[in-house]
Amino acid sequence: MTRRRRRGADAPVGVISSIEWDRRRVRWAVGGAQLILLVGLVVVGLGPILWLAKSAITPTADTLSHPMSLFRNGTAWDNLSRAWSEVEVGRYFWNTVVLAIGSWLVQILVATTGGFVLSVLRPAYARVLRALLLLTLFVPAVVLLVPLYIEIVNPPLIDRSFVDSYWAIWLPAGASAFNVILVTRFFDNLPREVFEAARIDGAGPLRMFTAIALPMSRPVLAVVSVFAVLASWKDFLWPLLVLSDPDKQPLSVRLPTIQSQTELGVFLAAMLIACLVPIVGFLIFQRPFLRGTGLGGAVKG
Amino acid sequence: MSAVDAIPGESTTPPAAAALREADLWRRPRRTPLTWARSGGLTTLLLILPMLLVFGAFSWYPIVQTVIMSLQSTNLVDPPTWVGLDNFRTVLEDPLLPKAIENTAYFAGLALLFGYPIPLAAAVLMSELRRFRGVYATLVYLPVVIPPVVAVLLWKTFYDGSSAGAFNTVLGWVGLGPYPWLQSASTAMPSLVLEATWANAGATVIIYLAALTSVNSELYEAASVDGASLWRKVWHITLPQLRGVLLVTMILQIIATAQVFLEPYLFTSGGPNNSTLTVLLLIYNYAFANSLGGDYGSAAALSLMLAAFLAVFSLVYLRLTRSWSTE
Repeated sequence: MTRRRRRGADAPVGVISSIEWDRRRVRWAVGGAQLILLVGLVVVGLGPILWLAKSAITPTADTLSHPMSLFRNGTAWDNLSRAWSEVEVGRYFWNTVVLAIGSWLVQILVATTGGFVLSVLRPAYARVLRALLLLTLFVPAVVLLVPLYIEIVNPPLIDRSFVDSYWAIWLPAGASAFNVILVTRFFDNLPREVFEAARIDGAGPLRMFTAIALPMSRPVLAVVSVFAVLASWKDFLWPLLVLSDPDKQPLSVRLPTIQSQTELGVFLAAMLIACLVPIVGFLIFQRPFLRGTGLGGAVKG
Repeated sequence: MSAVDAIPGESTTPPAAAALREADLWRRPRRTPLTWARSGGLTTLLLILPMLLVFGAFSWYPIVQTVIMSLQSTNLVDPPTWVGLDNFRTVLEDPLLPKAIENTAYFAGLALLFGYPIPLAAAVLMSELRRFRGVYATLVYLPVVIPPVVAVLLWKTFYDGSSAGAFNTVLGWVGLGPYPWLQSASTAMPSLVLEATWANAGATVIIYLAALTSVNSELYEAASVDGASLWRKVWHITLPQLRGVLLVTMILQIIATAQVFLEPYLFTSGGPNNSTLTVLLLIYNYAFANSLGGDYGSAAALSLMLAAFLAVFSLVYLRLTRSWSTE
């Protein structure tokens, strides 16, 4: 039992019992398999990203002729600066940041106010709204693509096109049923007495929202924020459709064009810049990702 | 299991609080609009307004609009005209449609083959880790956070068909290749699926890992006492306990892969010889590929048909697997 103790009280107890774990053959077989898995993960998971980092600072000719060798003719750090200024990655990077911040703000506003009303205030029409929200979860995204595009190009009631306007990205991003349901569920699980007490003390709905609900919902807002920013950073098809002005497009939309306009080394440097923010963000805020919260948007291909 | 069950900080509410929650805080006798407004009805409406506007304009309205558009001929210049089921007929008579369906099914099938067993095995192994589980989880999830466009374009570089391509160089070390990867109709689709699996398998591993930690350890202990071997425990306890999650991830993966767009669009534009043309790419081509103005009606019709198929497929799937998942 000593081995089990060493894992600490909160360590999950798996399929292997401590008696089996003490058997040398089992330990070697499982340990070996885990080691192979680790090597595989480093090669497969980290390998392509390390290759990208290496090739981003390698002269193009070397990457083309010997893609797997390491700096055979020295490095080319200027790939990065050339990508940033020559092919204007700096500008597209900034566009991506602005798009992500706007989408995040809209999503937070819609999710918190919507979740608060549906869960805490519960007007008579809340049940209908909840049902409509659930319904949209079951509608595949492809159904929205064409009518949403037409709506942006030729909106009803308003006599102007929203093509090349960032509002065409920011506002539709807020229509995420996943976010609203996440926040609603979170408020559902808060003790009801908190809001009851505030109401008796004379707080109106608005004050209950700003003084109680918002401060208490920090954990769920962190989850929503992380996934909102990442989703915006990853988005490709929708900005491609509604932003036709190259100067306004985010990095992801520009990358295929950059590839055809510049040499490989500079292009790979641009790619590296494009994935730095998500990687660093993931390494800092690992927990929401690794707790399986993102099931709604994460399972694909 | 549902995604939203996993909120951090969630706790089970005691029965008393649950009863309290049932009592509606703001329900009072509402006789006139004035009493309604006085009791906070207006503020409530104000607070729900962002959600109503955003979902109304960008979710509910377009859903209804798809149905209308599929029955109309729209070109953005002239007012739309009703054409009945013409759009559906156009789509169904398109010689490319069978090819696109076949390719999409092929993609989904291959994605299940590549992306289903490996994450499960990896998650089971990782759940047995005594140390460094965080390192494994970070490595597993890393490809998921890479922007899909970067992932696809990076793999496109790897897939260079010449002998100096990255993959062909590595395979050349052991005397294999060079392979044409994306340039050949027979290897293009598996190449796409390989990249898609790399980009997405990590998320599946994390889901399995979360499910594995919830398996009741007493079951394992009881089986150990009864002298069950390691394999028997995996087969008779771990996998059955994961059934619900396994079934959900499978249907979610099928729904997602049926809508695959980015890989065929960026890797091959549907080629070579339409071998990677998927249903979503066909929808895109109907609506957006023609610079003279798209056939939005046909695109809407095909997306509706895809959505209807997925809905029916999911219902049948849930029906067939219900007895098995709750056994």
